[in-house]
Amino acid sequence: MDKEAKAIVTVLGLDRKGIIAGVSRVLYEHNVNILDISQTVRSDYFNMMMVVDVSDPDCAFELLSTELTSLGGRLSLQIRIQRSDIFEAMHEI
Amino acid sequence: MFSSNEILETLRMIDQEKLDVRTITMGISLLECADDNAEALAKKVYDRVTRSAEHLVEVGNAIEREYGVPIVNKRISVTPVSLISGAIRSPIPLARALDKAAEATGVNFIGGYTALVPKGMTRANRALIESLPEALSETNLLCASVNVGSTRAGIDMDAVRLCGEAVKRTAEATADRQGLGCAKLVIFANAVEDNPFMAGAFHGPGEGDSCINVGVSGPGAVKCALEKVKGEPFDVVAETIKRTAFRITRVGQLVAREASRRLNVPFGIVDLSLAPTPAMGDSVAHILEEMGLEKCGTHGSTAALALLNDAVKKGGVMASSHVGGLSGAFIPVSEDIGMIEAAACGALTLDKLEAMTAVCSVGLDMIALPGDTSAATISAIIADEAAIGVINNKTTAVRVIPAPGMKAGDRVEFGGLLDSAPVIPVHPFGAVAFIARGGRIPAPLNSLRN
Repeated sequence: MDKEAKAIVTVLGLDRKGIIAGVSRVLYEHNVNILDISQTVRSDYFNMMMVVDVSDPDCAFELLSTELTSLGGRLSLQIRIQRSDIFEAMHEI
Repeated sequence: MFSSNEILETLRMIDQEKLDVRTITMGISLLECADDNAEALAKKVYDRVTRSAEHLVEVGNAIEREYGVPIVNKRISVTPVSLISGAIRSPIPLARALDKAAEATGVNFIGGYTALVPKGMTRANRALIESLPEALSETNLLCASVNVGSTRAGIDMDAVRLCGEAVKRTAEATADRQGLGCAKLVIFANAVEDNPFMAGAFHGPGEGDSCINVGVSGPGAVKCALEKVKGEPFDVVAETIKRTAFRITRVGQLVAREASRRLNVPFGIVDLSLAPTPAMGDSVAHILEEMGLEKCGTHGSTAALALLNDAVKKGGVMASSHVGGLSGAFIPVSEDIGMIEAAACGALTLDKLEAMTAVCSVGLDMIALPGDTSAATISAIIADEAAIGVINNKTTAVRVIPAPGMKAGDRVEFGGLLDSAPVIPVHPFGAVAFIARGGRIPAPLNSLRN
């Protein structure tokens, strides 16, 4: 059950103020706990990955996904959330 | 947990290398619908399909959004229609019912307007084959197939003759769409019962009430992986393909398991196929060219395809709990930009394609032929292809379009996934007397194999 409840948020695009604040706010509003963050900025290019816990029953995954995508649209970034199983499937035996 | 490089690699494979799940196909048995009243039978079929697949498209779309991997097609395969049409005169009402059911459920194709006749034809089988031109010209989403041979039974040459005529008449019946009806008709030898790919999908009589079969894809991902091992020996090429196929298949397995769970329908198989699309960077021909061939179709193409086909299976088989379907590399001409280019410049001929089908996963696929190609010549092409399958114990198939009014060198535009196809010349010498014989070509010996 624990496994199924994790998701990966990836943010790619030009760096600007308020990216982490914006993403975190959306996650907080959906009762999503952030488990891990890694972030790099290379030549103004922002690249962030978050491991989040989406096991809270109040978290509507589809709605969350839509809101993150539209936030990405407003900030001119590519933001997406994917259930972590796909990465496990591809990279773990 | 995986590293950030692995996360980026997955995103790159999906975004740039066109990794996707090509199809979730729900197999539905229609055996319980059998009835001797055509209207009642058609209604039962419609109800059974629409009820079983009510949530298929919705669940497919949800999985696509949650996992971030495109699931290009949602489709349905059903029991070969000739198995339930024995007590009614014409199977045409079932063709219409299935087409309507496909439309109602929102899937983009439904397969199973099928006759299995490797040894002989029942009256229902014959009626179904003869109804193909009408069925395929009157419907939009219905796909048909006929199995005319098997390694156990040999080749039914009467069925081969009828199928050549059916292809020809289907082209004529859909002449206003350049013979598009033929794109929905596959003539098999050694057909498999759990193939999720169209147009040849059907839910075999050995299957359960329903199941979920998933067809993966990813020629782009394989080509990109090979770009990193330029000039390396074939051992490295094979290893690289296997690794990539493993990853691609794991995604298919995940999607299949998830779809099966959400729809509460048993998981059937994952079909480990490299299915190209006309999009740039999604071509099987370009994989062969990446191996060092100047153009797909030149000398060396058969060897390159043999390696690819085998490595895809070896890599994929460990990544899934049940592998089936057609599993291998498809070489459809009109659905592959590299094949289209190779055929247009004359590098890829019908004879070379036939040779390549001895080592690919299926057969002569989506090939446009001149409009004046005779039914007997099409039957002879089917017979050749069936012979390759029957003797080599593999699935082979023919899906050709004798495009009305077109000559060799012209280009047929179908649009969509089917894109366009250069018209490839056939041999000018006939096979009329050969096809007129009928009867059966006996099953082959399976020892003394030289």
